[in-house]
Amino acid sequence: MGVRKARHGWIFTLIFGVLSLAWIFPIVLVVINSFKKKVYISRRPFELPLGKMFVELENYVRGTEKIQFFEAFKNSLFITVCSVAVIILCTSMCAWYISRVKSAFSTGFYYLCLFSMIVPFQMVMFTLSKLANILHLYSPIGIILVYLGFGAGLSVFMFCGFVRSIPLEIEEAAMIDGCTPLQTYFQVVFPILKPTCITVAILQAMWIWNDYLLPYLVLDIKRWKTIPIAIQYLKGGYGSVDMGAMMAMLVLAIIPIIIFYIACQKYIIEGVVAGAVKG
Amino acid sequence: MQNSLKKYFPIFALPTAAAFAIGFFVPFLMGIYLSFCKFTTVTDAKFVGIDNYIKIFSDKTFGHSLWYTAAFTIVTVILINVLAFTVAMLLTKGIKGTNIFRTVFFMPNLIGGIVLGYIWQLLLNGILANYQKTLTYNSAYGFWGLVILMCWQQIGYMMIIYISGIQNIPGELIEAAKIDGATPQQILRNVTIPMVMPSITICTFLTLTNSFKLFDQNLALTNGEPSNMSELLALNIYNSFYGRTGYEGVGQAKAVVFFILVALIAVIQTRLTRNREVQQ
Repeated sequence: MGVRKARHGWIFTLIFGVLSLAWIFPIVLVVINSFKKKVYISRRPFELPLGKMFVELENYVRGTEKIQFFEAFKNSLFITVCSVAVIILCTSMCAWYISRVKSAFSTGFYYLCLFSMIVPFQMVMFTLSKLANILHLYSPIGIILVYLGFGAGLSVFMFCGFVRSIPLEIEEAAMIDGCTPLQTYFQVVFPILKPTCITVAILQAMWIWNDYLLPYLVLDIKRWKTIPIAIQYLKGGYGSVDMGAMMAMLVLAIIPIIIFYIACQKYIIEGVVAGAVKG
Repeated sequence: MQNSLKKYFPIFALPTAAAFAIGFFVPFLMGIYLSFCKFTTVTDAKFVGIDNYIKIFSDKTFGHSLWYTAAFTIVTVILINVLAFTVAMLLTKGIKGTNIFRTVFFMPNLIGGIVLGYIWQLLLNGILANYQKTLTYNSAYGFWGLVILMCWQQIGYMMIIYISGIQNIPGELIEAAKIDGATPQQILRNVTIPMVMPSITICTFLTLTNSFKLFDQNLALTNGEPSNMSELLALNIYNSFYGRTGYEGVGQAKAVVFFILVALIAVIQTRLTRNREVQQ
């Protein structure tokens, strides 16, 4: 269908323009308040930080010190990047194996992966956190293994769907030419899987970067916090929340996401669509 | 090829399989077993039969959060899907600026639940302050607050899926309907909606499970205040585990019930909408 020009198109453009502004208003509001003296934030949230309300970067300085924001950022980045890389590598290899080797293990594992996708995290959260503790998986490196395990279901399922569409002849030709299974995989199969890799990477990265409960229960949070944990930590148990620091940290938490979104928008939207069609 | 590949099991399949066992399978089985036990850590479990399940019924907070979650899920599923579909219809008509609007509407999805919760807490409490109220004034405020937050977050995501569904409808189909004299309403009801049924299946599935399993946003926005009245199921389970000593077994039993509910909803929903999809 060609793009048809709507009649009265400018009215819709106007309506959607206003709607879009309303859509980003909550974020703008947080940015505005992050420059306001903390006592004014809950009292006058909708006013611009002018005159005596304006505190420059005070909230940012205090907030980053309070929760060690950059430390948390480093942890989040490390855990997300490494987990996604490990998930892509391991689950795509596994998916190729179980699609090509017909055995009871292959069938069983495939159905277990499907099954795991509908199990809510609350079902396993207590036992998983205890088990991870017993196995000393409470460090940023250990949690990668937990993410591989809990994220395997969706990834294996998606890779399997794609592997099935690859003609067997390509791989057989490589094997006849003398490739070992490892060479066949890395030189022939893996490059073909690239589009699915991007989809899986985006879906998993969105999940892991924002995940709160799993790292909160698994990590030794006295030593390692991720961004969501650090922000929740600001709320703390005692007394009133430091709204100034909170606003500033919310802004710092959003900035990397927006940069990432603007840079990879095309892939993100395609990944979401592809993921939804296969899921 | 099968035989040569088979020997490579330890390299190809074992890492994922082992991690899957640690990260999902073993905790899942232990979870089912522990729901029949009394325990505070995993090692001191004592088998007590269906005691925990009986205790769920006497726990009033669970019943309340079940209805609260059910109502929340129904409201958000309907609102999000209707609005996302409407926006998708309008944004496939070639309006100027479509790409920018799509980008803006999708953005909230990338922000995590905890951050979203605090953003909306500021905004909604700011508005309610004019009426001397806060989000935790009573459970209805928390309810509608969460509904607004969920709509804001999820409409963009579902819109993207609907847009790709609408764009996949062959143009001839709509042209043919027009030539046959169909009104726009008839085209929508008899051509567009049946053709995007697969997208509707996926979007209702995603919104259903997302709403039913919601945790982070609930924790950040109201944390169940006032006195557990705005607690969704996931938070209720969490609080049974970590908020009340001696209730770990009950928490695990609740988690099993929760899992069964999620599985039932997923199966029934997919059956229902799949049946309506047109064969292509």
